Amino acid sequence: MKEIKILFYEFNESVKIAFDQIRANKMRSILTALGVIIGILAVTLMGTAINGIDKGFDNSLSMIGYDVLYVQKWPWANVDDWWNYRNRRRIKTDYAEQLNKMIEAAPNTELITAVPQGVNIKSVKYEDNQVKGVFLLGTTDEYPIISTVDLKEGRFFSTIESRTGRPVCVIGYDIADALFPNGSAVDKVVQIGGVQCRVIGVLAKQGKFLGLFSFDSQAIIPLELLQKHFGETNNDRVVVKIKDKTRTLEAKDELTGLMRRVRGLLPDQKDDFSINEQQAFKSTLDPIKSGIALAGLFITGLSLFVGAIGIMNITFVSVKERTKEIGTRKALGARRRTILMQFLIEAVSICLVGGIVGLLLAWGMSMAIGAAASSFPVSFSFDLVIVGMAASILTGIFSGFAPAFSASKLDPVVALRYE
Amino acid sequence: MERAIRPKGKLVIQIEGVTKEYKMGDEIVKALRGVSLSIYRNEYVAIMGPSGSGKSTMMNLLGCLDTPTAGKYEFNGKNVAAMEDDELAAIRNKEIGFVFQTFNLLPRSDALANVELPLVYAGVSGEERRNRALAALESVGLGSRVHHKPNELSGGQRQRVAIARALVNNPSIILADEPTGNLDTKTSIDIMNVFEDLYNKGNTIIVVTHEEDIARHARRVVRLRDGLIESDKTISEEYLMQA
Ligand SMILES: Nc1ncnc2c1ncn2[C@@H]1O[C@H](COP(=O)(O)OP(=O)(O)O)[C@@H](O)[C@H]1O
Ligand SMILES: [Mg+2]
Repeated sequence: MKEIKILFYEFNESVKIAFDQIRANKMRSILTALGVIIGILAVTLMGTAINGIDKGFDNSLSMIGYDVLYVQKWPWANVDDWWNYRNRRRIKTDYAEQLNKMIEAAPNTELITAVPQGVNIKSVKYEDNQVKGVFLLGTTDEYPIISTVDLKEGRFFSTIESRTGRPVCVIGYDIADALFPNGSAVDKVVQIGGVQCRVIGVLAKQGKFLGLFSFDSQAIIPLELLQKHFGETNNDRVVVKIKDKTRTLEAKDELTGLMRRVRGLLPDQKDDFSINEQQAFKSTLDPIKSGIALAGLFITGLSLFVGAIGIMNITFVSVKERTKEIGTRKALGARRRTILMQFLIEAVSICLVGGIVGLLLAWGMSMAIGAAASSFPVSFSFDLVIVGMAASILTGIFSGFAPAFSASKLDPVVALRYE
Repeated sequence: MERAIRPKGKLVIQIEGVTKEYKMGDEIVKALRGVSLSIYRNEYVAIMGPSGSGKSTMMNLLGCLDTPTAGKYEFNGKNVAAMEDDELAAIRNKEIGFVFQTFNLLPRSDALANVELPLVYAGVSGEERRNRALAALESVGLGSRVHHKPNELSGGQRQRVAIARALVNNPSIILADEPTGNLDTKTSIDIMNVFEDLYNKGNTIIVVTHEEDIARHARRVVRLRDGLIESDKTISEEYLMQA
């Protein structure tokens, strides 16, 4: 009890001395703190970038959909033996109909419905304007069931338009923006790969991350229309919505069974199709993401390390200058840990002040970057404040320890004689 | 050697056959070569001797800033010679009040904060700490200067602050190393009057000095030469009989 009280008073005293000391050596403290300010600024800005990348990945993943399975020729995960996949038969869009019949007949199915998607890349033109390399999706009126995308204006195509392959289309935000900068796209007739289509809807803006999976530059037309003009491709697929995203594995097993029946595979034949889901994608992306994070933090961490060395240096100087004071304090009854704490707190105080300034700067800069370039992935969060403060304190302890320890070990007789 | 003074109070310091050696490269310097000394409560002792005789070494040992190479040292009956650093720190904090030649005040703290410092290390709470520090400053005549920083005080006033700091934890002894070494004659007399006052209030005082004028204020004079006690006499034996 008494010990805790002493520790508390010594702590207060140390904090007071630390700030007296900072005030007495303003210029020196500011210059030393600058190293930490820059270090913390670099680390937290990197943190905001990593946060931003994280969010971007999450956005992209949610665009894929958490509760859908993709039946495709190729797996999403990296494979070494790609030639084994190359010879697979194509996935036909009319599998969707067969699958839906089987799903309807199954008593305890995990699956809701299958939606076909034909895929192609085409240009979209309106008068003199043209957008090249548009991701063109041919699908049915059931597309909204499996998609997370909302419409900004207009509507999606109807069952009849879908069945009869009417020349209508729904276009992404960026395409609408590029072709119709001054007005609504709805009811305009555009040319998609040379085929005239009336725009009936525009998708809401999704934002994009590193160009991945943005719905903003895609166009959707009825599958019938797509196949009439452009035929089938290796990338055609069937997307299946599942009932419960926590039971993805069961759903995958069931769908595998159904697909083997559709494909007419014998029991000893291997699956000749892939069932993909965002989880598989995530496990490919996650190492990349943490790789970027680690490399970034390591590089910015170096600048914090340089700041720490500055603090260490100045704390050594401070110990040297105040050798006689240390001797006096020891004569008056300061114990080793008292002196150790005093200099540790001094180093930590400078680091904390530097850290707070660094965090404020980082916050301001991420705000400014966010305002100036909204597509740039930065995201400041409360976690970063905690991490930044913790990093400053650790830097202080790391850099203050050696000088503080040497001060605590000083022989009082030698210290008192020091001039 | 016959003890020169009859014990009045409790035994505070008892050293027997104490030696202190310093290593200087390959050479060993014998600063103390076997010293025995007992100091009782409410004594006023001057330790004298020429330069290099071992006064400071003696002072460091008595003040528990250092431990002897060999020999016995008991402080209030506790064996100090075998103590660890932090135990010695606790003894210094509670039992010993230091007064230095160069005052050794903390330059950025006011008089009050300087005097409070030993109480901080003793774990005395804020309110009591303040009151005791104020009382100590009052007792050395600095009640009106408590918020002055050392550089706003004269040399004599600084040394009074240092004395207040030495007093504040009610130590068993007050140990002063050349307390007037940096002061002019008139101020020196003032400071010695403060010690006289403290002695009369029952404190135990040990002053290390090379000035006869200062030693005259004590009641007992211990003379060192080449690391040994040359003489240990009462003030009357030392000076009055000479005259
Ligand atoms: N830390 C030390 N290292 C080596 N020798 C020392 C040390 N302190 C004192 N001495 C030596 O011990 C002897 C006594 O010194 P000291 O106690 O300082 O005497 P005084 O204070 O009476 O002048 C001297 O010869 C001095 O050189
Ligand atoms: Mg000396």
